[in-house]
Parts: sequence; C-alpha cells; structure tokens
Amino acid sequence: MNRSPTLPEDDLQPVAGGGLLDRRMFLRHGVALGGAGLGFLAFDVGGADLPLWMKTPGGPLTHYGQPSPFEKEAIRFLSANTQAPGHGVSWTPLHRLEGTITPNGLHFERHHNGVPTIHPEQHRLRLHGLFSKPIQLSLEQLLRYPMISRQCFVECGGNSHAGWHEEPIQTPVGYFHGLASSSEWTGIPLSILLDEAGLQPEARWLVAEGADAGAMNVSIPIEKALDDTLLALYQNGERIRPEQGYPMRLILPGFEAVLNVKWLQRLQAVKEPLMSRNETAKYTELEPSGKARQFTFVMEAKSIITQPSPGFQLKGPGLYQISGLAWSGRGTIRRVEVSADGGRSWAPAALQEPLLSKCFTRFRLPWRWDGAPLILKSRAIDDTGYQQPERSTLIAERGQRGYFHYNAIVAFAVESDGSLRHVYA
Amino acid sequence: MSMPSPSSRPRSGLRLLLTGSLFIGGIIPLWATLEAAPEGPKLGVSMPQESIRDLDISVFPDGTGLPQGKGTAVEGKTQFEALCTGCHGVKGSGGSAEELVGRSPLNGARPDQTVGNYWPYATTIFDYIRRAMPLNAPLSLSYDQVYALTAYLLYLNGIVTDTEEMNAITLKAVQMPNRDGFYSVWGNGGH
Ligand code: HEC
Repeated sequence: MNRSPTLPEDDLQPVAGGGLLDRRMFLRHGVALGGAGLGFLAFDVGGADLPLWMKTPGGPLTHYGQPSPFEKEAIRFLSANTQAPGHGVSWTPLHRLEGTITPNGLHFERHHNGVPTIHPEQHRLRLHGLFSKPIQLSLEQLLRYPMISRQCFVECGGNSHAGWHEEPIQTPVGYFHGLASSSEWTGIPLSILLDEAGLQPEARWLVAEGADAGAMNVSIPIEKALDDTLLALYQNGERIRPEQGYPMRLILPGFEAVLNVKWLQRLQAVKEPLMSRNETAKYTELEPSGKARQFTFVMEAKSIITQPSPGFQLKGPGLYQISGLAWSGRGTIRRVEVSADGGRSWAPAALQEPLLSKCFTRFRLPWRWDGAPLILKSRAIDDTGYQQPERSTLIAERGQRGYFHYNAIVAFAVESDGSLRHVYA
Repeated sequence: MSMPSPSSRPRSGLRLLLTGSLFIGGIIPLWATLEAAPEGPKLGVSMPQESIRDLDISVFPDGTGLPQGKGTAVEGKTQFEALCTGCHGVKGSGGSAEELVGRSPLNGARPDQTVGNYWPYATTIFDYIRRAMPLNAPLSLSYDQVYALTAYLLYLNGIVTDTEEMNAITLKAVQMPNRDGFYSVWGNGGH
C-alpha cells in the first residue's frame, strides 16, 4: 500500500464517498510516488552506511529459484483431514499477491486422496465409449500435438463458502476466497483429440477420470469439451506440477474446478452423465425448498479487495491504493466499482490491461482515508451485463445451505485504529 | 450459455475456426490466420473396446458398468466394521469423515446431506466405494465386498432390508428417496 502526503490538492478531490479518488490519479503521478522513499539510498563513496549485502558476495546460482526467505507469509493455508493428510484443500494467499498470475507453488489445491506420483512414461490417456476409433496416447505422443496457451482462472465450486455462515469469518481474504488461482495454461485443444478418435454425434457427455488414489470422476458436457477445453501440459511455462495434475489435466475456462480433472487418464464419451458422487452428493446446491441445483458449472462474477483487507493495518490517515481481483466464468470483466461508504456511492476502479476472458482481472483505485471508520466494498460486472449480487440478494435467491457457488459482494469495515474486519453490510 | 444441437457440431479440426467468428466488413475473416486449430499428427494408438474393459470402472444409473457379484447388508455390516468405522463411525455416523446415514428432510433446518436423504442414485454408491474407499486402500475391495457395503449403506438408511441381495440387476432398480431432488442448471438457459 503506497502512501504519500505530497500530491497536489486538485487530484485529491474525491469522486465518491469515503475518500475514493479518480482511478487515473496514480497514473498521472506515478513518478512522484515512485520517487518517495529513495532518499536513504544516496550513494556514499566511503560506503560505511551501505548495507552488508553490498559488501559480501551473494549466494550461488541455483537450479530452481525460491522466494525470498523474508516472504515466509506468502504461503498456502492448509486445511486437511487429520486422519488423511492428503484429503483437503490449501488456499492461495491472494492477500499477499499482486498482478494476475498465481505462482505455481501457490496455486490452490483440492485433493480427494493425496497427490499421486505419476511416472510420465507409464501414464496413458485413453478415449473410449462413443468414439468410432477409441485411442490411447502417451505423453511423448501428446507433446507432438499442436498447442495453444491461454490465461484463465481455476476456481473451486466451494470457494468463498464461509460467506454462507451466519457470522462473517475473520481470516485473511486468501483463506476465504483463495480456492481460486490464475495461470497461463498451455496444451492441446481437446477438440483435436476428440476429432481424431471420431466422437460420435450421439455423445452428449464425457466422463473424465483422474489417475489419483480415488480415480476422481466427473461428467463434462460435450459442448464445453468441444468449445474451449484444453488438455493442459504446462502451467506458467513449466510442466504442470504434481499437485496440479502432472503430467496432464483438463482446463475448462470458467467452469468450477472439479471438472478440470487433474492427472487425467480416461475420457469416456456417453449419452447421459455418470451421476458420480462429485456431481450429485457434492457440487450441487441445496435450496430452501429441498430441491438442489445440479450441473452448476459456470463460476459467476466475483470481486475481492485484496489490499487493504483483514489482517492488514492502515498506518494512519493518508493516501492508499485499493487493489483487488475480479473474474467471471461467463466472460470478460467489464467494470469493477468500489464503495468506501458501505454501498451508498460507487467509483469505477482502473482495470489492468489486457482484459482477458474468464481470467483474473486486477483492479485498483486511489483512496484517501481521513481516519474515520467506514465500509469498503467492491462489485464486478461482466460483459454479459451480469453484476455481482449483494449478499442479501444471493441468500434470498438460494438460501444458505447450498455451500457451493457463493459470489456475493464482500464488505470490510475499516476501524479508526486502521484495522480491518470482514462484515456483512 | 447456448446449447448447440448435436447436428450443428462441426466435425473436423476446423472447429476452432468456426467458434467466435468475427468478420470485418463481412469479408475478411481476420481470425482465420490466428485461430485455426491445426490438424493433429494423429498419433493415437487405436484401442479395441474390449481392451479397455478392465480399466473402465464407471458405473452408470442404468446399470451400465456394474460387474458380476452380489452381497447383502448382513455381509456388508462385517465388512464395514472392519474397514470403514474408523473414519465414518459405527453405523456410518459420528466419525471424522462424512456422515453416511440420515433421513432428515432436506427442507428442514441444517440437514446432513447423506446417502439416505440426498443421493439420487444407488449406482453412485457402488461407483464411488469401488474407486475411492476405503480411503487408505482404494481399489482394494472385491466386487462382492462393494455390493455388500452398498447394501449395508442402503440398509442403514432404511432403503433396503438386511437380507435383500444387491447385484447388477437389483442395484440399478433401487429407488432412492431423493431421486427427483435435483434440477439441472446447465442446458436450462442459465448458470
Ligand atoms: C481413512 C479414513 C476413511 C476410511 C477408512 C473410509 N473412508 Fe469413506 N470417506 C473418507 C473421507 C475423508 C471421505 C470424503 C472424501 C472426499 O470428500 O473426497 C469419505 C467419503 C465416503 C463416502 C461418500 C460420502 C458422501 O456423502 O459424499 C462414502 C459412501 C464412503 N466414504 C464409504 C466408505 C466405506 C464403505 C468405507 C469402508 C470400505 C470407507 N468409506 C472407509 C474417509 C474414509
């Protein structure tokens, strides 16, 4: 969070309540802001005041770099079953990250029974069922296929589920909304393989199965499989890591993560869905009527302010930058609005380009806090016109038992001591 | 989300070319050079349907995929107590893992969603136990064991009697209490 007391008064005229400023302000004054604080580095030939790390040779080259030892808090938060340490989730620390790419080691995890160690030469992908020519492929063969890259988010259907709780959860935003991550995935358009195997016209679903201990299986609608689904082999330039599905996984941009089957080994083309445990018992949303929504694949628009957010402390009144993430499984984020008065007035945030479909979009807005308590919110609108709902609206529609697909507006109370708290407001 | 009919589906490697089409001035397909899905090298090794039989462990609601074998709840109880209670509790309740038993109404206050009141198909129990349970040794159960455990869970939930045999014919015929409890959001004009 930048803070500077040295801006011309003109630019400090709020554009909405609570001290929200024009989203272009930081762009106009980028240089001035960047320069602040450099004074202590002034060069001195004697060097007495220069830091120690300038006076001894640094560490050696490394085969694989690691984050700074001072960034120990930028880690995944684990929540696993005590009787089965491989069964659980780990959360991306969204509150510690900037930009739109999640580092591979921080991509969230959901494993049903641990991370398998798969030997790439022994792994096969098999396509069978309603194909005229069932085939199997080795990784070596697949690596010769034409590939494309695309950046998109992967979000668990159960992300943000604490939002359904009666009381607002007090935890850093990453450990509330961090079952969502965003990467550049590279792989083979699945349609190429489906064509090669001769997908038959009566096939309506593909049952996808992983090679984990539990053979996680789920049904994928054929329309999506033929549209933008990728058989991904690389994540952010390197081969997919074991916990993300090495040696191959499905990527279905915008669809809940459970369909993005990791360690993919089998695709069975069929007429009707399998009705697997993870598309009936789980990843369905019970409504107050007693009926449940099923096959709720698309992750609706969501936005989260990542800084400032609970766990951070504002250091007194002054200028700050609000920064956050927005995404929509339906398409591109068209607009993000921020409120600093609990939703009475809203100001548009600056959206970081390029704006990509079904991808994390970074939004930012300058804000001058006068030290008074207030409530921060953000809301996303996507290019279908869908607007992220208020919590009360979502609950009126769905009740509170659904567990999955919580995407309501999130509110933080800023206290006069500079601390932040998650609130329902 | 629109649902193209099966017949409208393009059938070749040109498919990507056909999605998201954008014509400039109605003439120049600008995207054609950028987005054409290249032909694959077609390296897939053809695989006769029979050779996948052992690897195919999918079980569908119509019974497709159910193997030979049989079991009753009486037999399943012994198996369950030996293999499952450690995580799921005696009689499938009160363990560290999911509740497997419960028939409280789904429109009541905070109902547990269990095999008994929530799962729409009995075949799913077989499919899931065979591939995933016990958690510490998946794919270790014989077909008879899986039928017996499935029968026991159905019995604990008051759906079959303790002596009713579950097999490839009887299991798919079991009517689950919540069979009609779901509606599909996909394909119904929404998300
Ligand atoms: C080591 C602990 C453990 C053992 C032993 C175990 N389970 Fe499980 N079981 C789990 C966990 C954990 C889950 C949830 C898995 C998930 O969410 O992916 C589960 C899920 C299930 C489910 C799905 C429940 C639901 O509502 O979705 C069934 C059915 C089940 N187990 C049956 C069995 C049977 C039958 C056995 C014995 C053969 C067994 N389990 C042994 C830990 C265990």
